[in-house]
Amino acid sequence: MKIKEKLTSTDQKGKRSILEDIGRFFYTFLSEAGEIFILLCQAFFWLFRAPLKWKITLKQMGEVGVNSVPVTLITATFTGMVLALQSYIGFKRFNAETMVGTVVALSMVRELGPVLTGLIVAGRAGSEMAAELGTMKVTEQIDALYTLAVDPIHYLIVPRILAGIIMLPVLTILADFIGIAGGYLLSIKVLKANPVIYMRRTFDHMELSDIYIGLLKSSCFGLIISTVGCHKGLSTEGGAEGVGKATTGAVVLSSMLILISDYILTALLF
Amino acid sequence: MDTIIELIDVHKSFNTKQVLRGLNLKILRGESMVVVGGSGSGKSVLMKIVIGLLKPDMGKVIVEGEEINKLSGRNLNNFRKKFGMLFQGGALFDSLSVWENVGFALLEHTDLSKEEIRAKASEKLDMVGLQGIEDLMPSELSGGMKKRVALARAIAMEPDILLYDEPTTGLDPIMADVINELILHMKKSLNISSLTITHDMKSAYKIADRMAMLFEGRIIQVGIPEKLQITSNPIVYQFITGSARGPITDKNYQR
Ligand SMILES: Nc1ncnc2c1ncn2[C@@H]1O[C@H](COP(=O)(O)OP(=O)(O)OP(=O)(O)O)[C@@H](O)[C@H]1O
Ligand SMILES: [Mg+2]
Repeated sequence: MKIKEKLTSTDQKGKRSILEDIGRFFYTFLSEAGEIFILLCQAFFWLFRAPLKWKITLKQMGEVGVNSVPVTLITATFTGMVLALQSYIGFKRFNAETMVGTVVALSMVRELGPVLTGLIVAGRAGSEMAAELGTMKVTEQIDALYTLAVDPIHYLIVPRILAGIIMLPVLTILADFIGIAGGYLLSIKVLKANPVIYMRRTFDHMELSDIYIGLLKSSCFGLIISTVGCHKGLSTEGGAEGVGKATTGAVVLSSMLILISDYILTALLF
Repeated sequence: MDTIIELIDVHKSFNTKQVLRGLNLKILRGESMVVVGGSGSGKSVLMKIVIGLLKPDMGKVIVEGEEINKLSGRNLNNFRKKFGMLFQGGALFDSLSVWENVGFALLEHTDLSKEEIRAKASEKLDMVGLQGIEDLMPSELSGGMKKRVALARAIAMEPDILLYDEPTTGLDPIMADVINELILHMKKSLNISSLTITHDMKSAYKIADRMAMLFEGRIIQVGIPEKLQITSNPIVYQFITGSARGPITDKNYQR
């Protein structure tokens, strides 16, 4: 009797805590989504309410864009090469090796250029934004901005979000180009493909819409990276440990959102 | 003299921790008010409530006749131009050089040229006893220097109200007195009202027109420094004499 009582009570307890966990997860998820949305709206209003901070925006464009060029180049080169290699191995089985150029070009431009660039910039610049703003938060620099009658959304957030939206497509164009070039070089030099046919295959099936759908996606990823980075930074609490959490949190959340929105955007746009 | 800042029945708690529990305080125009109180008693919280960085859970904060909790967005931002605030930890912008920190509000809110602002920043830095550090970054400064740069930033716009959170902590005795003189100078020459938080009794007696003691979330006594020195309140007495024994440290004391 007693044992049974005990069992049922732990059972109920177990069930309740699972429900509680699920509830709590959705609660934090929704409230965080709400906060990010509000931040975005505030940034949008500030964009029109006051003149843009050009100098800071340019500096952030440098941080997000220029400083991400080396990693983007390396990633894109190897991605292009491995794409060429893999599709060559596959297509050779039914004698369609000449299609390698098409596959490399379309995959880079439509999918891998934007997504890989997004993920890399999330790891590099998104984390940097979260860490910098998080440190400013815990050392009261954000409060100090308020006391000097400067709104942090206008001064810190708008420039970062703009930098993300503008620079991601630029990096993506670079990645597309370098990835295609990497695939081309590998195919010509290693796989001994015919350069003229390869080139023709590369561009024959590509449409302008492929390119700008890719760029539109990358712009959305830029928006995600900087908004999430800024939100995580501004909501940092609790010293150095909090800054660490904000930084990882920013990378994890923005990477997830990039992959999810990638699917949604692709499904919507095609 | 009219009232410039009035706090009425202010309550503030964090999670379950009650910090302020019905605080009342009036600061008159042109007056230098000093608030003392134990570590963790809520002095910095009080200051942040005055400038609207924290919202009280209950009660009112009235500054120059306007209730600050009712302002929001741009109005609150503009309203803050009346204030200068020195943070306890300095809170210098570490991505900007010393002179850009000091001249920050001037760079943001005036049309002065860079050269003019830099000159003004140098002048303010000179007032806090610092020369030739305009182009250093905050990370290159000592703790006491950071504090003084932050002080220079707070006074740069010559606001109506200055809030100083422990202005002399971490400074050597001579520099501490330079800062005391500076606070007095700001008050006399520019008729600035100020709220100062300090643990430094010598400094408190020197700069205070009136002193107030914060204890258990309320102001338990307000008065001119001479009156507080001869107080009959045992809690205030223990605090200002800095004694380890007394009602504050005695758990069995009946309040
Ligand atoms: N943002 C916050 N979140 C949670 N608790 C806080 C926060 N700010 C202050 N507190 C709590 O409020 C209390 C008062 O803090 P406050 O910084 O005002 O103390 P203080 O009187 O300035 O102390 P000190 O003289 O050491 O500077 C502390 O117990 C602190 O833990
Ligand atoms: Mg304090």
